[in-house]
Amino acid sequence: MPRTVAPWEVTRQLLIKTEDKTDPHYGRKPEERPAEEYIRYGVINLDKPAGPTSHEVAAWVKRILNLQQVGHGGTLEA
Amino acid sequence: MTGVLPITLEESRKIVQALLYSGKEYVCLMKLHADSSEKKVRDVLAEFENEIYQRPPLRASVKRQLRTRRIYYIDFLEMDGRNVLFKVGCEGGTYIRKLCYDIGEVLGIGAHMQELRRIRAGPFRENGDMVTLHDVAYWFMEWQQQRDEKILRKFILPMEKALAFVPKIYIRDSAVDAVCHGANLTAPGVLSLETGIEKDSLMALFTLKREAVALAEALASTEEILSMDHGIVAKTKRVLMPRGTYPKCWKSGEI
Repeated sequence: MPRTVAPWEVTRQLLIKTEDKTDPHYGRKPEERPAEEYIRYGVINLDKPAGPTSHEVAAWVKRILNLQQVGHGGTLEA
Repeated sequence: MTGVLPITLEESRKIVQALLYSGKEYVCLMKLHADSSEKKVRDVLAEFENEIYQRPPLRASVKRQLRTRRIYYIDFLEMDGRNVLFKVGCEGGTYIRKLCYDIGEVLGIGAHMQELRRIRAGPFRENGDMVTLHDVAYWFMEWQQQRDEKILRKFILPMEKALAFVPKIYIRDSAVDAVCHGANLTAPGVLSLETGIEKDSLMALFTLKREAVALAEALASTEEILSMDHGIVAKTKRVLMPRGTYPKCWKSGEI
């Protein structure tokens, strides 16, 4: 039976339908966001330690960074 | 359990749904309840590759109905006595604890998950940009003292990183603000798009500056969208960019 392709194995090409430019006066590249915006639209690739739950770990990050809200991508629990 | 746990900060929480579809990889230590041969274990592990059936455990917060999950691969790594180490790649929402239990059932001797480490959650992996809680605390303090924005990039990634495996359509500047207000994307707004977009599947709308504008549901495939000159190509599901980032009704070609 052929193996199912994992999402990280899928290769995609970019097909251009129409050429156009983007105005430099609006928006900005993600990596160039100013500090506060960069944090508020940011994600952390965290190595979760054993012991606390995913929710507890996320709460710690929230406290360290003094944020209003954090979430996590997929519970890692016992 | 340890390993890759993407933490979304403030507004980034809106991309969590995209991570569900992006797949996971684990290294798992399974304990057999009786002795078995390596050959038998390898054979049974191979049987679980592809589609499996699971009912979520009592502790889960999802509805406990029977559902299928894809196991992309199971790689036998090592066996030492009754300890079996294997690597598994699977769809999000797969319970590895249940997988170990079922492997034990098929082997006829029983087994349980002893230890689990996640080595991938979608585009997030162990090497490179993964940081510990200590790193987060340390770098944040460094940033507060030095106010050098390069420090932030040492432990925080732009939310767009979470969308690395979600197929994308790049849209005109003039279409951006409408989408930010919840409007659906029409064919004239499409500049370029990735191959492999399927009807009804999740996709992301991006600007040419590679900013994420919204998560959307494709109403046509890549091929169909390429051929359309009018009509709705994607239904906006979750707006990610604040309104007013791009102007309303800005016409291209007038720079």
